[in-house]
Amino acid sequence: MSEAEPQRRQGEENGRPHHRIGPLRVLLPIAVLIAGVVVWDLVVRLNEIPPYVLPGPGLVVRTLIADWPILGESLQVTLLTALEGFIAAAVGGMALALLFSQSKWLEFSLLPYAIILQVTPVIAIAPLLLIYLPQHLAVVACAWIVAFFPVLSNTMLGLNSVDRGLAGLFKLYGASPLQTLRHLKMPAALPYILGGLRIAGGLSLIGAVAAEIAAGAAGSGSGLAYRIAESGYRLNIPRMFAALVLLSAAGVVIYMGLALLSHLLLRRWHESALRKES
Amino acid sequence: MVSAGPASRASASPDGIAIRLSGVTKAYDDRGLALGPLDLEVRAGEFVSLLGPSGCGKSTALRLIAGLSEPTAGQVALTGRGSGRRGGHSIGYVFQEPTLMPWATVRDNVRLPLTLAHVPAAEADRRVTEALARVGLGEFATVYPRELSGGMKMRVSLARALVTDPDVLLLDEPFAALDEITRFRLNNDLLVLWRDLGKTVLFVTHSVFESVYLSQRVAVMTARPGRIAAQIDIAVEDRNEDFRTSADYAGYCRQVSQALAGASGSRSGMSS
Repeated sequence: MSEAEPQRRQGEENGRPHHRIGPLRVLLPIAVLIAGVVVWDLVVRLNEIPPYVLPGPGLVVRTLIADWPILGESLQVTLLTALEGFIAAAVGGMALALLFSQSKWLEFSLLPYAIILQVTPVIAIAPLLLIYLPQHLAVVACAWIVAFFPVLSNTMLGLNSVDRGLAGLFKLYGASPLQTLRHLKMPAALPYILGGLRIAGGLSLIGAVAAEIAAGAAGSGSGLAYRIAESGYRLNIPRMFAALVLLSAAGVVIYMGLALLSHLLLRRWHESALRKES
Repeated sequence: MVSAGPASRASASPDGIAIRLSGVTKAYDDRGLALGPLDLEVRAGEFVSLLGPSGCGKSTALRLIAGLSEPTAGQVALTGRGSGRRGGHSIGYVFQEPTLMPWATVRDNVRLPLTLAHVPAAEADRRVTEALARVGLGEFATVYPRELSGGMKMRVSLARALVTDPDVLLLDEPFAALDEITRFRLNNDLLVLWRDLGKTVLFVTHSVFESVYLSQRVAVMTARPGRIAAQIDIAVEDRNEDFRTSADYAGYCRQVSQALAGASGSRSGMSS
């Protein structure tokens, strides 16, 4: 009972383009970065722009190093806030989606309010939250508000995307609801959930920053966004830029970390991860 | 026997009948009567094909037997030892599509029915290995479904149906999407399995040639709502490639084709 050779595809088909395109995908963005920095530097030098209007890249880097004791601490504060908001969003979003999948009543009752929370700009909610909650909790709550919805909606989409044939198979073999959830629904929803988490990672940072800026006006904060607002008031523009660079870098690292997690979990079987390899 | 089923699934009398459908119908609110009334008996160990035009309700009949759907009227009865051991399941079902979990290896896919029945790991391992060997996929246990060809995926699906050691195998056009060469090979493999394991097989197909080649009896269905129009015994001992090219085979094919034409002719004007 032997049959044609298995189509071990990944090696032959995907291998070749990988070698050609791979380095370019890394080298091109780096080239653009270098070109941008060079142009920035030239514009500042040739026009003799004063640093309190636009500091050159060299000065920003020097500020970053010189102010590291302050900025590093602020980075920690902001990252911790974003992380707390992200974890709350991930757990809350998935849990809520699971509840909704169990009860249409709950879904119909609560989903509209989840949407309202999502479409209301967080920067407008933050000042209110800062009145009612302790500052740290308010900032985490803002991070949670912006980040939980993509997790919720993607998990819901994933749980509803179960193959009907497989659902029939589980029914045939008398699977309990818990077994169906564990062996069928969760794995089927995993790619969607990871997509939601990837969006939520960046959003939790945005939520934390928005809340910190709102709180910064009240004058008691220590996160990176607070440093940006504070430096703005003091016309310390190089430090503003340095803090901004750190924020962007943090966002990129969060995104890359979640993309890596997604890749590691899906690479054996999911189409998205397979294409990514090429 | 099927475990604790609804009122419509009684047990058939111990007269060697494995599957008995009596006056079974299935109606949908929006589309009206889809099937029946259908009467059909399959003896234990028999290989019967259910042949009919697309949309006549063959697959629906299979789903009713498997308990995946409830009949609107009539009785579906299954008998069998229902295998006393853990993870024993009286029905093995092979869908039109391979219906494999893309996130699980071949081994874990085949193992699924045992996992769901809480079969101890060591015994499950042994039975999965046995089922995979039976369909010729012993070496591919750790491979993911995407790496397999269509024919091999179907073999995995077959192994999964066999792993619970069911009394009855229900196959819903399992080879319809495969190329002819692969289909012929799987036809022969299925016959070997049937001969070796002595299962009752109900095989749904829309191919006259496949039904004649495989089965001891072909039940021809009318167009929707499907009823049994004719039953033709295929009295052949050796089914092999010689049979496929024999005059007997051609004769049976003609006979079944005529029955099928008669079945749709009696409903002329309704079927296209």
